[in-house]
Amino acid sequence: MIAMQATTGRATDAAASPVPAFMTRDVCVFYGQKQALTNVSLDIHRNQVTSLIGPSGCGKSTYLRCLNRMNDIIDGCRVTGSILLDGQDIYSGSMDVVHLRARVGMVFQKPNPFPKSIFENVAYGPRIHGIAKDKTELEAIVHNSLEKAGLLAEVKDRMDQPGTGLSGGQQQRLCIARAIAVQPEVILMDEPCSALDPIATARIEELIDELREHFAIVIVTHSMQQAARVSQRTGFFHLGILVETGDTEQIFTNPRDKRTQDYITGRFG
Amino acid sequence: MSLSTLLLALLVLSSLAFYLGRKKALSAAGSNLRTLHSLPNYYGYYLALWAGIPALAVFTLWLVLEPQIVQSLVVGGLPEAQRNLSPGRLGLLINDIRNLASGNIVSREVAPGLQEAADHYVRLRDTSRIALFVAVLALAVAGLTFGRQRIRANLRARNQVETVLKAFLIVGSTVAVLTTAGIVFSLVFEAGRFFVAVSPAEFLFGTEWSPQIALRKDQVGAQGAFGAVPLFAGTLLISVIAMCVAMPVGLMSAIYMAEYAPPKLRTVIKPILEILAGIPTVVYGFFAALTVAPFFRDTGAAVGLTISSESALAAGIVMGIMIIPFVSSLSDDVINAVPRAMREGSYGLGATQSETIRKVIIPAALPGIVGGFLLAISRAIGETMIVVMAAGLTANMTINPFHAVTTITVQIVTLLIGDQEFDSPKTLAAFALGLVLFLITLVLNIGALRIVKKYREQYE
Repeated sequence: MIAMQATTGRATDAAASPVPAFMTRDVCVFYGQKQALTNVSLDIHRNQVTSLIGPSGCGKSTYLRCLNRMNDIIDGCRVTGSILLDGQDIYSGSMDVVHLRARVGMVFQKPNPFPKSIFENVAYGPRIHGIAKDKTELEAIVHNSLEKAGLLAEVKDRMDQPGTGLSGGQQQRLCIARAIAVQPEVILMDEPCSALDPIATARIEELIDELREHFAIVIVTHSMQQAARVSQRTGFFHLGILVETGDTEQIFTNPRDKRTQDYITGRFG
Repeated sequence: MSLSTLLLALLVLSSLAFYLGRKKALSAAGSNLRTLHSLPNYYGYYLALWAGIPALAVFTLWLVLEPQIVQSLVVGGLPEAQRNLSPGRLGLLINDIRNLASGNIVSREVAPGLQEAADHYVRLRDTSRIALFVAVLALAVAGLTFGRQRIRANLRARNQVETVLKAFLIVGSTVAVLTTAGIVFSLVFEAGRFFVAVSPAEFLFGTEWSPQIALRKDQVGAQGAFGAVPLFAGTLLISVIAMCVAMPVGLMSAIYMAEYAPPKLRTVIKPILEILAGIPTVVYGFFAALTVAPFFRDTGAAVGLTISSESALAAGIVMGIMIIPFVSSLSDDVINAVPRAMREGSYGLGATQSETIRKVIIPAALPGIVGGFLLAISRAIGETMIVVMAAGLTANMTINPFHAVTTITVQIVTLLIGDQEFDSPKTLAAFALGLVLFLITLVLNIGALRIVKKYREQYE
């Protein structure tokens, strides 16, 4: 099912599932003169969780941030190669970054709710994109998103209180609700649990598994247990290259590359 | 020998004491330096302090008390008739004696009695000086000897030196605090004298300001009116105009600098804006009076508006320009303090840069921006030079920015310029105005600092 070219240091992903959401080929990223990513080719499939693992500085977050062009904000950052979302090149001139980010939502490492009320936090995206026709519809979207993020029961009596007043785990679920509210196709998560305690982490992991039903999810994580628990597919990054990619089970039980083996058995990283 | 020679001698003695103290400590320690409680230098400082401080204290005290003692001795030596003069005339006489003693011009013919008193004065002073020299030097040497005896290996010299240092620091900060307290106290005291002559209610709520009162009993003059409301209104009007200029311009330039400007441009623009803050206010003043105000008057005349050549508009706008750097640099700081995560969160949802600024960054930075505005307002209210030159002196009760108005600061200046008598309500009114001004800016500053502080805590 999987074709692998691990020996060349490049992995090409040609999984046989239906049309992938993201198809990326030969993606290179440069920060000024420094090359951060070299020839990464990876597919992101719908209704699956794809986890990206690897030691710090290996380029997995950089890759993630290419997918919704968050690297645009960074001065001197340059991306080459092709990244296709539903067959459309997201770095082409015809792709509006506002629309792209509406289709590809993002959840960050540290919960970053806006200093606004819980309701306003979730309503922010729909308002910007004019998704809701009227107030009733907006309220429905907010409720629905909070429901999906598993936060509604905890906050429904205090929707007008500041989002910053919630606990860390609740804040992160609020950020997930905020991303869902825009009705994206893909959700990118950049180490979403690294600032949370184990109970809140378990809660988020559960949530990620539920969300898989509606979205394609890409999660960058430092925790190999987490990758094993939540994802169906895993990519291992090392020193700016995608070393190996495949079904999560195969990566963790039967890695083909020595470096993957070393990393998952804790020999480095 | 002069007093500076004595001070120099004290300094030399203290330096010597440092050397001796260090040496004594080293010899007390013997071969093993570790037996010393403190580093050798601390013993040096310890001994230098023993030599210097008591002597210096006596020196200061002596200089403070000497004139009093010498004077009372001289007066005691005067003839009976002169001793019983009224205090004022006695003061004049003593002044003459002093002048004669130091070879200055005197205001009367030099009578033999006066010359004798002057000689007496000189003798007493010389004796006092010699005594001072002897006392101070003796004390320094005594301190040195005493301190030196106390130096042992286990003397806690470091702790003692540091206690003395701490005392110096406390004295220093106390001086600063007491000076402030003294200024406030004198304001309150003089304002109190004013409020004996004019009731506080009249001052705070009266609508007529005309502080001209008869200086002599027989003079024909206005009774004087001290209703300060026109001044408050004028101050408010000019401050509002200034803020109307400074708020949008300052905030927009801050947003541009923080969010849009490329780093290179930013390094050029920011210092240029800050130069605005370095222009002396008197320069702004004549810019307002000679350039801006005539320009408004002429423009007004061209379109059929009557704008007086000293208008609130001109003063307010120039003052607004002056406080732009306050608003922009404080706002720039708080906008930069909004965490990057906020921006990324917003961009990640597909917001554009201007949406992010309007809906996330400004609301998040708002408390800090408001704090900056308040500081700028308090600066505007206390500003004097621009309004003295450009706003006028007439206390009009108006909200028409084309008219001349006057402010609290302008009136304080005009009340105190030239020769004044310090017991007339006219002069004392300046203190009352000063007190009001002080209270307003104090409240604004405390409010602003509270808001800014609260804002800082939000993200830490």
